[in-house]
Amino acid sequence: MSLNIDQIRGLFPVLHQEVHGKPLIYFDNAATTQKPQSVLDALSNYYGRDNSNIHRGAHALADRATQYYEETREAVREFVGAKEAAEIIFTKGTTESINLVAQTFGRKFIGKDDEIVISTMEHHSNIVPWQMLCEEKGAVLKIIPINEAGEIHFGEFEKLLSPKTKLVSIVHASNALGTINPVRKVIDAAHAVGARVLLDGAQSTAHLEINVQELDCDFLAFSAHKLYGPTGLGVLYGKREILEAMPPFLGGGEMIKEVTFEKTTYNEIPFKFEAGTPNIADVIAFKSALDFIKQYGKPAIKAHEDALLAHANETMKPIKGFIPVGTAEEKVSVLSFNINGMHPFDVGQMLDAKGIAVRTGHHCTQPLMKRFGIEGTVRASFAVYNTKSEIDKMAEGLAQIARFKNK
Amino acid sequence: MSSIKDIQEEIVSEFEILGDDKESTVFYIMELGGSLGKFPENERKEENIIKGCQSKVWLIADDVDGKVHYQADSNTDITKGLISLLIRVLNNRSPEEILNAELNFINRIGMGSIIGSQRSNGLSAMIKQMKLYAFAFQTKQNA
Ligand SMILES: Cc1ncc(COP(=O)(O)O)c(C=O)c1O
Repeated sequence: MSLNIDQIRGLFPVLHQEVHGKPLIYFDNAATTQKPQSVLDALSNYYGRDNSNIHRGAHALADRATQYYEETREAVREFVGAKEAAEIIFTKGTTESINLVAQTFGRKFIGKDDEIVISTMEHHSNIVPWQMLCEEKGAVLKIIPINEAGEIHFGEFEKLLSPKTKLVSIVHASNALGTINPVRKVIDAAHAVGARVLLDGAQSTAHLEINVQELDCDFLAFSAHKLYGPTGLGVLYGKREILEAMPPFLGGGEMIKEVTFEKTTYNEIPFKFEAGTPNIADVIAFKSALDFIKQYGKPAIKAHEDALLAHANETMKPIKGFIPVGTAEEKVSVLSFNINGMHPFDVGQMLDAKGIAVRTGHHCTQPLMKRFGIEGTVRASFAVYNTKSEIDKMAEGLAQIARFKNK
Repeated sequence: MSSIKDIQEEIVSEFEILGDDKESTVFYIMELGGSLGKFPENERKEENIIKGCQSKVWLIADDVDGKVHYQADSNTDITKGLISLLIRVLNNRSPEEILNAELNFINRIGMGSIIGSQRSNGLSAMIKQMKLYAFAFQTKQNA
């Protein structure tokens, strides 16, 4: 099915504005996507009609809010193909989801001289929590190398695996390069040595169909705001038996079964990991974002985005001084590049002056930038509401900018 | 030599010609970056980097016959353009003049909205560092 992009654009109020006197072209979707009207309405309806604390009050509003909140949990379960809704934990985002695993699973099951494997292309939020854990426990962090195209060396990865490997934590799709990692193979190889696998799905969940049962990953972390949903909300999926074996993360209300001053017993999953009043409004509104994606279907969305990326590759290639960064075979719709002789900040600022929003810098992947020997890149990342004519405008603008240093 | 005030007036009128068009303004600032003098390679070191700038900015200053002589560089062209404006206004003046200078051209040309908040913070850090050098030379001269 091909999508009616004009109609889809109509659902996103933020797209219809001018910046610096030019129509906005929003190409910073890997940082965060825009939100459809249905998500905005869900937020306003919650506060306007249903606001109350969940899982507690014995009154109509609390019942309603609890029901909607749990409906989102079920929608997320379906979205990732989990066996049961109890395996879906709401967090603040990918970062918190990964930290939760490091602080609970990691502290309990990873000890001295155990090994954690990550890749060269990880986001800082999938590096720093493991460094903190390694420091505390005397465990060792191992890094999967990558090739010039920005793909992991699978053979080198296999060599890193041993009975000492307790966890492989790897990005499903790279935010800086777009590379889609062969996670199916990674998971099988890791399981063969008895290691658990965490997938950082921050950049994959909006584009790729994901079924955690088929993939057999042990954890999946992602953020609602990169999925047309609200900011400050994320998900941690974990297999039931692992989540049950993990100690709680934060202590407080909601996560307990019974508290006495002598001893506290903990609630069942997922509530064991959701201490305190959660981000109720955003959880409820997130369901509208998931409905939006479901309505069009990820295959159709991906097909549109793939076409955009192919078009971008084609139109940028002739630009003098254009240097693509990340040319993997399998990619999500991320175009990372530099212009010869120019700093990415300058390119980004000049594109901004043309109304084109891109991200510039290291994209929270400094070790990856170091691997390529660059300070950063300019990154254009496409979503379902972007168009080929927007890409043409960027190419035109870039050609003009590149002439500045590439005469 | 024109006064600090006169040079600021000059800059403001140059930017007025560019009008509201952000694009030509940004291009113009980049062009200005090209006019920045060559920075001595042996001074391109960590201790000369200004903290608080997102791009790298190196700044050194010498006391030449009681006047402050600045040299600076950056790894981004827009920042170089901004530095070149500051140097045009403040270079080869006495520490007193520099310390008393009220740099109103930045607000008058609406630099904040042209370069955005991150670079504006960087610009403030540059001015602060330039004044710090002037202060240090003043203290030495009065000692
Ligand atoms: C690959 C990847 N991992 C993790 C994160 C962190 O997500 P959040 O800031 O929503 O916690 C991001 C977001 O930029 C990302 O792209």
